[in-house]
Parts: sequence; C-alpha cells; structure tokens
Amino acid sequence: MTQTNSPRQHAGQAAPGWSEELEAMLDAYRQAGGDPDALKIPEVATLVVSGNQVLASHPIAGVHMEAEPLEHGVRARIVVDAGTQVKHPVHLCFGVVPAEGIQQIESEYQIGDGAKVQFLAHCSFPNAVHVEHRMNAHIHVGKNASLNYTEEHYHGQTGGIEVRPISKIFVDEGGQFTSSMVLTRGRIGVLEVDYVVDAEKDAVVELVTKAFGSGDDHVKVLEHLRLNGENARGLAKSRIAVKEQAVSEVNTMAEGNAVGARGHMDCTEIVRDQAIAMNNPVVKVSNARAQVTHEAAIGTVNRKEMETLMARGLDEDEAVDLIIRAMIR
Amino acid sequence: MKLPFLVVDHLTLSKDNAVLIRDVSLSFNPGEIHVLLGINGSGKSSLAYTLMGCDGYVPSSGAILLDGKDIKHASITERARQGITLAWQEPVRFEGLPIGKYVGLGIRENSREKVVAALEAVSLPAKTYGYRSNDQSLSGGERKRVELAAVYAMQPRLAILDEPDSGIDALSIMEIAGLIQKMAEQGSAVLLITHRPELVAVADVAHLMCLGSIVFSGDPKNVNEYYQSRCHSHLDAFGEQPWMPAAQVEKELNGQEI
Repeated sequence: MTQTNSPRQHAGQAAPGWSEELEAMLDAYRQAGGDPDALKIPEVATLVVSGNQVLASHPIAGVHMEAEPLEHGVRARIVVDAGTQVKHPVHLCFGVVPAEGIQQIESEYQIGDGAKVQFLAHCSFPNAVHVEHRMNAHIHVGKNASLNYTEEHYHGQTGGIEVRPISKIFVDEGGQFTSSMVLTRGRIGVLEVDYVVDAEKDAVVELVTKAFGSGDDHVKVLEHLRLNGENARGLAKSRIAVKEQAVSEVNTMAEGNAVGARGHMDCTEIVRDQAIAMNNPVVKVSNARAQVTHEAAIGTVNRKEMETLMARGLDEDEAVDLIIRAMIR
Repeated sequence: MKLPFLVVDHLTLSKDNAVLIRDVSLSFNPGEIHVLLGINGSGKSSLAYTLMGCDGYVPSSGAILLDGKDIKHASITERARQGITLAWQEPVRFEGLPIGKYVGLGIRENSREKVVAALEAVSLPAKTYGYRSNDQSLSGGERKRVELAAVYAMQPRLAILDEPDSGIDALSIMEIAGLIQKMAEQGSAVLLITHRPELVAVADVAHLMCLGSIVFSGDPKNVNEYYQSRCHSHLDAFGEQPWMPAAQVEKELNGQEI
C-alpha cells in the first residue's frame, strides 16, 4: 500500500499536525450528510482526502487502498479481493475546505469476482467560491460481484463550484453495479456527470441521479448504458428539480446489443420559476431480441398531487416543497 | 334542534359550457353518513371536488356555508384546516414519501401513535408500511387504504370519500364499512360516493344524483333499490343518462304510477 503524505492510518488517530485540517474535513463530511463517527470505527474502511492531502486511509481485511498525492489532487486505487463480503460500507470523504482550489481525483476501483461491497462517498465543499472538483474513475466489477456506490455532495450556499465526475464502468458477467449521485442540499454550482457503463452477460446496472438546482446552477447528466451481454439489464433514473434560473440537462443513451438485453431510461424533472429542464433520451438497439424503453415527465408539479396534500392541510408552497423533497430523497 | 355545521345551499357549477352541478342543497350534522348514488357522469365526483375547492370547481351560484360562513371561494388548504377533506377515487402516488409521514400530514398534533392507529384501522401494519414509499410499488387497493388512513387520521368534520371501495377486494368491503361507521362514531360527517350496497347500508341518508341534480334524498335502502332497478335500465336502454325530475322519482319511490 502506498500512502504518501499521510502520517496515520485512521481518522480516529490524527497526528497533531493534521488534526485541524482533519477536523475541518470531518465537519465538511457531516455537512455532506456523513457521520464522522463512522470514520473512526476500526471495522470500517475509510479514505479521507482534502485537496491533495490524504488525511486518513484505513484499509481492512480484503479491502486495499493506495493513495498518493498529485499536484492538484490524489490518485487512489481501491481493490476488494475476490469473494470478500464487506460487512460495513467503505467510507470515502473527498473535499476542499478553503474557498478556492482544484481537486482532481484519479481513482480506480477493482471489485474482485464474487465480492460484495458498498461505498459511501461524501464530497463536501462547504466554503466554495471558486472550486473545481474533477473525478476520473475507472471501475471494474468482477464476475458475480456487487458494487453499490452512493455519492452525496454538499457544495455550500454560494454555487461557486464546478464538479465533473467522469466514470468508465465495466460490469462483468453476473455482476451488479448500482450508483446513486445525490446533490440535494445547498447550491449545486455546475455539475456535469458523465458515466459510461458496459454490462456483460446477466449483469445488472442501475444509475440514479438526484439533484435540486437553484440560482444559476447548471446540472448536466450524460449517461450511456451499453448492454452488451446476453440478458444484461440497465436502468438510468434521474430525479431533478430546478427553480429560479437553474438549468438541467439529462442526456441518456441506452444500447441493447445482445439477446435479452433490457434497458430503461426514466427521467422526472420538476421545473419552477424561470428554470429550464431538458431530457434527451437516445435509444439504440442492435439485436432484434433486445428492448430499450424510456419515459420522461418534465414540468410543473402535478396538480392532483398538490391538491391531495392541500386537502391534508398543507399550503401550496408546503405541498410543492414536500413533493420535490420526497422525489429527490 | 341540532343545527348542521355545513350547509350546501342551491349550489350550481358550470364548467366548459356544461352544467355539472345543478341547484344542489345538502346539510351535514356531525356523525351523519350521507351516500351519493348515481350513474357515471351524474355529477357525484364534481360535487365532491366542488366541496373540497379543487382547481376549476368554483360554483357559479349558491353557497357552501361552514358554521354559517360561505367558504365557496376558500382554498383547499383553508377548507382542510377547517376540517373538510377528500379521499380521491384514484389516489395519486408520491415517490419517496413514506406512508407514515403521508398519513400523519393532516394530524394537528402529529403523533406516531395516531399514525400507527390509522394504519392499523385499514389493516396496513405500521411495521410493514410506515416507512415504505407511497409510490408505484403499492397496489391500487393498498393505495386506497393509505388514502383512507390519511383521512381517518385527520378526524375531519367532513370526510368526502369518493368510491373508497374501488380496487378493494370483496372480503375487505366490510372492513371499509366498519371504518366509515367508526369515523361517524368519532363525530365526523361522511359524504360517501359508492356503488356498493354493503357501504350504502351504513349510511343514514342517500341522495340520488342525475344530470348534476339531487333528484331524491331518503332512506338508503329505498333509494338504492330505485337506483339499481331504474337508473341502470335507463342507461342500458338509451345509452345515456336519463333526466328524471325529482317529482317523478318521488312518485315511483312511493309506488305511484307515472
């Protein structure tokens, strides 16, 4: 394991020179919805990165972590041994605490055959005024392995941030990959999600994006499902609400390239004020026994949903807020 | 003499150049169960939406007097906060909203106990359903039960139930009937729209609607027998709703020749 620039193994064992920054990151982690105490549990694998510093890296049996600093970020490699059933979610914490900065995360995830693991990634930029966060990930889910990757972001209240996660994911035969990107508190700034997934025979893929944009936030989702193997299944689901002058673009493409491949794209976007929402689904089927479908609902809050909540005593604003919050929950 | 808390006074509603409700008058006392009968398109749901204040259902004339004050221009929220609520015939689903939270929305002093009791009252165990999302994963029957639980939990002054039996299995109809009676025992007036005789049987009074009018009000059994034997035959014979003047219905119900 390479662990440059990090004098300790665990978030609960901070050396004095690092403790202030670690505390700031843990506070940011809390704001992103994480539980800092979870980072201190010995049985929980953790990786905490602030800017280009690895503040804590704690592997556990069957879960290996290598992390090294780059000029503006970190290169990380996480390997889960074949057959390992990781009991507790692996906690990842990325962020930039200062108001300005660039963070580039080059990451590689190798999930061995038959392994099962869940990642909880919290990305926090609580004071961002001019911050750029780029994530370039390569993910390999082995045969009959399962990876559940949940990513929650907190970008502060100014919107002064650009986040560009790019992932190339390969899901081998019988593997399962579930990804959930959640950005529903505070401002978003600019978010550009770009995922490409290749799914082999009997693989199951689910990509979920939930975001709530306001001000001049801009959300752009690019998702490409390539269902290449027999009976591969894939779902790209987006739940986005935009208000004020925010803009949302959801561009999804699903390919059914093999016998029995099934793909579905499901997009719901709620638009308020002067906000703009778009959805561009592309369907490509190259095998006569594959099927790809899509559905989209974009626009105002459903009137009947509102009236139902108002008939319970909520006013119009409360009803709209509840509907949106529930949808992106 | 007990004064009704809610009086619907000569209410008429026109929408898209059609008269949907025609000079309807009703009055409600606490604990009374009223049932509305009538073929599809006779105006039952339109009356329900008008009483609830739904979008596009503002009466063109008449009044809805709640404790003597006309609320016909009040919003749905204002009416709900004064104790009127509606269970829609086809309840919507709310992605991501836990059932327990939804059921508790109308409870002023929201308490877990009340939510649990309301769910149990419609045979939805709170442990199974409380945290489940009120969404597409529910069957139509489950969603109806959730809706009834939400109304029951509110303990409203007037509960308008638009076909609470549709989508409910036959074995559970009597449960729904029992729940309606329980609501009435707790002091809620109920305006029930149904086609099921088991539910008509729990009503105190029935109103027969035809072309937007209430053409007759009376004993639920008699009105339902008339409705079952006459209104459907008109529909079958003519393929459209008959216009039956109130006096004519009354004569038939009283066994007089027309």
